[in-house]
Amino acid sequence: MNSPATPALTTPVETSRALRVSGAEALVRSLLAEGVDTLFGYPGGAIMPVYDALHGFRDQLRHVLVRHEQGAIHAAQGYARASGRTGVCLATSGPGAANLVTGIADAQIDSTPVVCITGQVHSALLGSDAFQEIDILNVTAPLTKWNVQVTRAEDLPAAVARAFYLARTGRPGPVLIDLTKDAQVALLDFRYEPCTRVRAYVPRPRVSEASLEAAARLLDEAQRPLVVVGQGVVLSGAEAELLALAERTGAPVASTLLGLGALPTDHPQWVGMVGMHGRYGANVKTNECDLLLAIGMRFDDRVTGDLSRYAKQAKVIHVELDAAEIGKNVLPTVALHGDAKDVLAALLPRLGARRRDAWLAEFRACDAIEHEKVVQRDLYPEGPQLRMGEVVRVLAEKTHGEAIVVTDVGQHQMFAARYSSFIRPRSCVTSGGLGTMGFALPAAIGAKLARPERTVVAVIGDGGFQMTTQELGTAVQAGAAVKLVILDNCFLGMVRQWQELFFDSRYSETAMQNPDFCKLAEAYGVPALRVEARGDLGAAVDAMLASPGPFLLHVVVEREANVFPMVPAAASVSEVRLEA
Amino acid sequence: MNHESELTLSVFTENRVGLLGRVAATFTRRSLNIESLTVSESELPGIHRFTIVVRTSRETARKLAAQIERHVDVLKAFVHTDGEVVQREVALYKVDPVRLSEAFESLIVGHGARVLERQADFVVVEHVGSDADTSALLEALRPYGVLEFVRSGRVALTRPMRPLAEFLDALERDAGNAR
Repeated sequence: MNSPATPALTTPVETSRALRVSGAEALVRSLLAEGVDTLFGYPGGAIMPVYDALHGFRDQLRHVLVRHEQGAIHAAQGYARASGRTGVCLATSGPGAANLVTGIADAQIDSTPVVCITGQVHSALLGSDAFQEIDILNVTAPLTKWNVQVTRAEDLPAAVARAFYLARTGRPGPVLIDLTKDAQVALLDFRYEPCTRVRAYVPRPRVSEASLEAAARLLDEAQRPLVVVGQGVVLSGAEAELLALAERTGAPVASTLLGLGALPTDHPQWVGMVGMHGRYGANVKTNECDLLLAIGMRFDDRVTGDLSRYAKQAKVIHVELDAAEIGKNVLPTVALHGDAKDVLAALLPRLGARRRDAWLAEFRACDAIEHEKVVQRDLYPEGPQLRMGEVVRVLAEKTHGEAIVVTDVGQHQMFAARYSSFIRPRSCVTSGGLGTMGFALPAAIGAKLARPERTVVAVIGDGGFQMTTQELGTAVQAGAAVKLVILDNCFLGMVRQWQELFFDSRYSETAMQNPDFCKLAEAYGVPALRVEARGDLGAAVDAMLASPGPFLLHVVVEREANVFPMVPAAASVSEVRLEA
Repeated sequence: MNHESELTLSVFTENRVGLLGRVAATFTRRSLNIESLTVSESELPGIHRFTIVVRTSRETARKLAAQIERHVDVLKAFVHTDGEVVQREVALYKVDPVRLSEAFESLIVGHGARVLERQADFVVVEHVGSDADTSALLEALRPYGVLEFVRSGRVALTRPMRPLAEFLDALERDAGNAR
């Protein structure tokens, strides 16, 4: 620890405003030039020169040491999703790089800007089955927005610049830079120029005037328009424009899982989440509206159910930045190819003010049915055992709906999505498209480090928690005050629910014999409480929220509860079920 | 719309390592087999042209082209039906010289092919044409004893099409609006 905090790896020599530095140091300086303040990673042989360079910059760049590389990328994703900045993660070659793959796929399908940097064997050894060599470029080609291998130090700054530009612009996504060991060690004249364009890549297309006119006409003519928003609204920062559009048109607004919070969930025109476990009204009315205005969403199969019976009666306006998504699943009447913020801003002045109270009231009538059949029992159950829904309700109440809610994947995720309040933007961090169990704990760490001023509550099932439990060590070492709520039913609950409903209750390999989660947390130095009785829940949540650091709340919930409403696989959204 | 036919994709890309794999993987993801694939530099230096033949519906091909264009270094992907392209492939046939006769010579001429090389133990015939023509010649040569046969992938030029350079200029004008 005697080395000075200033970079001493190589002696910087001024050569016409360029510094003579190693590739590794050039990487670190490039990250600083891109405004990176935090990265998540794990060292190993082929990335050691970069780690050595990082040591010299440790007062400017925080490195969070994870316990498994999957934790690094999920933390980078959580960081990006909570802050809107680009997440960065670092891994060694071979197994280190391979362990990033799940998170890369997750970031790709959920449009999360992440820059992954992997070490690679010496360029002379490429292709020779060297120690810890894998062809990570080919492995990640179908999972990244762009990837590149750098074998010459002098190519490194431009590669980093292009990587950050591509990760954050257009439809964001993961990019990967694979750095051979010799490229990290060799010297170069360092100069950093940010990337501002790539030929034929149009991150923010000009919106067609004719399409805007056509869309405005459809919206004005519609009697029963339904707006469905996705994460595209959040990614483009178009929350204010969405709010203005909602209030101008008087239309009900629903969202996908990743669009939660784009419109505050306490807004009077908010009608809930669509999709497999979405709200009854939002699903049923999808097949009764006369116009579907889809903004920054991609008609995922979990949203649409059977496509051949999805909103067939409606005209469709699709606002979408990724041209490949337009007409992929649903052929729109009018396509508005562009960034959601640009499109909505251009659309607003063309729209007349309308009220659609009677149409909105139809959603409220559906809500009343859903409340009686589902919500009341979820939030205020009468049985002796705690239910997931009521735990989420208590969390929302105790955090005044202001927390960033991070979830894992499964039943608890759907309860968290349905019953949390999302009043502020970027408050819902969840693995949507890929459905990656193990996401929540590391993502929560990333979210908390990105937004230290906000309360970060991770709602996690007992199954998913055990996929990345080891990141408790990361939370403690990084001082990430994440509040972890384990909803433990000793089952892989969502799979068990499907087995009950569709596989004749044959519970094949879904029961879990779990550890004592409190002891496990305490072994890492994380204070913990176990709650089983309804009467203890409120005080336990208070204690968790009051504790200064990371905290684990182990909540024992009803073993065989189901999530409703449910659109069974291959059913139409109008066949949404309220009970088994 | 969902009727399958043979379609030609013309894909224009930057010359970058790994792009071939990315483009090819876009087909395999949809469980589509590539019938033929040819890559070469286009009339614009540094811009490569992929000619890809695939059997699928126009609808799937349209989605495929959009997903191919999503790759950052792909400049543009076009889908063409057979009627929209002028297309050729090259085939080489190595024939056993034992049974050669005057009929063989007139067969070659009749198919618009030519003898590229004559050796004591083989003759190499070259044919340039559509894939149907090359197949027809293969069948015609079989009685003479085909020792080896190889054909290239299709190369195709579109009938009317906006020149690529003009297209790129339009994209650049659009990108002027970029963030």
